[in-house]
Amino acid sequence: MIATILTMAAMGLILGLFLGISAHYLKVEAEPIVEEITAMLPGSNCGQCGFPGCTQAAAAIANREAPITLCPPGGKGVIDSLATRLGIDAPIGTAEMMPMLAYVREETCIGCTRCSKVCPTDAIVGAPKQIHAVINGACNGCRLCVDVCPTECLQLLPETISLDNWRWQRPAVAAAA
Amino acid sequence: MSTVSLKMAVQSLLRTRGGVHPPECKDTAAMPIQTIPTPTRLYLPLKQHIGASAKPDVVPLQLIRKGQILAHSQGSVSAHVHAPCSGHIADIVEHPAPHPSGLPMPTLEIENDGRDDMDEMPVAKHPHMLEPEDIVARVQAAGIVGLGGATFPSAVKMNLGQRKIVDTLVINGCECEPYLTCDDRLMQERPAAIADGIRIMAQALNIVGVPDVIIAIENNTPAAIAAMREATAGWRHVEVAPVPTQYPMGAEKQLVRFLTGREVPATKLLADVGVLVQNVGTAYAVHQALRDGLPLTHRIITVAGDAVERPGNYEVPIGMRVSDVLAHCGLRVDPARVVMGGPMMGNALSNPNAPVVKGTSGILALSADELKSAAERPCIRCAACVDACPMGLLPVTMATLLKSDKLDEAMGIGLSDCISCAACSYACPSNIPLVHYFNFGKGEFVARREAKRKDEEIRRLIEEHRTRVATVEREKAEAAAKRKAAMEKQKAEKEAA
Repeated sequence: MIATILTMAAMGLILGLFLGISAHYLKVEAEPIVEEITAMLPGSNCGQCGFPGCTQAAAAIANREAPITLCPPGGKGVIDSLATRLGIDAPIGTAEMMPMLAYVREETCIGCTRCSKVCPTDAIVGAPKQIHAVINGACNGCRLCVDVCPTECLQLLPETISLDNWRWQRPAVAAAA
Repeated sequence: MSTVSLKMAVQSLLRTRGGVHPPECKDTAAMPIQTIPTPTRLYLPLKQHIGASAKPDVVPLQLIRKGQILAHSQGSVSAHVHAPCSGHIADIVEHPAPHPSGLPMPTLEIENDGRDDMDEMPVAKHPHMLEPEDIVARVQAAGIVGLGGATFPSAVKMNLGQRKIVDTLVINGCECEPYLTCDDRLMQERPAAIADGIRIMAQALNIVGVPDVIIAIENNTPAAIAAMREATAGWRHVEVAPVPTQYPMGAEKQLVRFLTGREVPATKLLADVGVLVQNVGTAYAVHQALRDGLPLTHRIITVAGDAVERPGNYEVPIGMRVSDVLAHCGLRVDPARVVMGGPMMGNALSNPNAPVVKGTSGILALSADELKSAAERPCIRCAACVDACPMGLLPVTMATLLKSDKLDEAMGIGLSDCISCAACSYACPSNIPLVHYFNFGKGEFVARREAKRKDEEIRRLIEEHRTRVATVEREKAEAAAKRKAAMEKQKAEKEAA
């Protein structure tokens, strides 16, 4: 009886010590997946997902607390990267997503340059008192410019469809006969 | 059974996969090629080929001559656009493209003055004896693209012969799409010209030796086979090979596999297995360019369908609107659908003002009776689509995966190898639009790839923006520190004085 208790206690001590040491020496600094996911997100810290920035959003995605569809500027590219990395399927409807881009309503732009200053990708060109314009290829629809525009002349609209980005639509599913 | 047909039967058994036999509807095969006069207005899209759009060299109101280069090719894969008539440039506009979307594309609008003042290209005395590079350059100058429908710039394709060893040149005379007979009529009426074009194209591939030439013609067009045999009689290295009538026999990979037994690995090119395929129409265009100095400004198209009053084969200027062509041929009834190309792979046109382009092989004005418009029913898992697929894929499985957006899995079982031939959709007894799913899936795959590319670009821009802002701030701080130091120094000097 006593021998058993002693043996068990000794085993507990030794194993506990082993675990303690290994926890110290083999410590994982930060979850590597969070870093990986952060690298997949745009990094513009626009806040449209509801998190303060892309790093916090990445942590939430890694903990399965946020859906992979949380990033509107990232669009289907980010969804696809995340789905592949996390081993899950991109949700149905990803195909129908259209990227949103900023467009300047030229009749109300007063050339205040506020939008070009906040743009994280330098996608807005313009000088003081000149009408501004958005370079479509550099805009990812982060919305930061929309919020600072004093005349509400900036708006997010779905990307214009041309022959270059036109794709076949999903066939309409026939109603069950 | 003769040895030829026995050989064909064995080849069919061993070297074909799938395929369907839609009704041929080739009544126009007996009708000679007629010329449609050039209308007063032509609409020439700047991009009539695979690759980069051509860049216009002309401005509105500029006078032009027939055969003049109006737009130069841009980048490595592109083609020139030439004037099919003389006159002037009315405008450079956004005009509906012959595309399933019906979206507009930049187009040269030409006013025809009816004089046909011509600029001919310089021709060599013996074009079939030129150096291969010279032939390729002349083909490029003539703006020739693959006229079978894929519109890949011919010069780029012929240049592959310089980089890869091509031992076989296949001339594609298989018009496997129903209704279309323009290649058949061309072979019947102008076999000598085609044969000359073939000889020039073979010379362009004469890098390590003359390639073997196989002229493949479907066995439902005996007149064309006889004409081409006569035109090439006694030629070494040239063989006219009848192939069984089946859809899609005219698809490059299927045709090459049948003729040579060589199969193209996924993501590889035909040139990787030593074969180049050119359409008979392309051979004719090469002949016209190098013998007669005529750039590619006209082509032969089949106009057919129940709604057409005078169906037939017509030589039309490129840039003529489909509505003008149909007006010339007359309409018996209002067409239920106008299709550019064949009924299997052609595009339904949403706007009949779209112009005829280099890749247009036919215009079909179909009546309501001709359309297969039965409602879609549930899949009964009969595997008719699997039997029909010429690429050996599983259309039913791929469509099911795509229905639930499992794009990666669909790509994993070969969606990228689908050639969109629509044999599966034709074979399906439940009328499931299978090929539409695959077009959707392939388009979505490209869209995601593009989206990822843009994401990477955005990350790079954000990084550059941050570096720029940091640099500006550091420089400002440094300048301020310098100013402060200078001021203090001045102050100290003043005090000392």
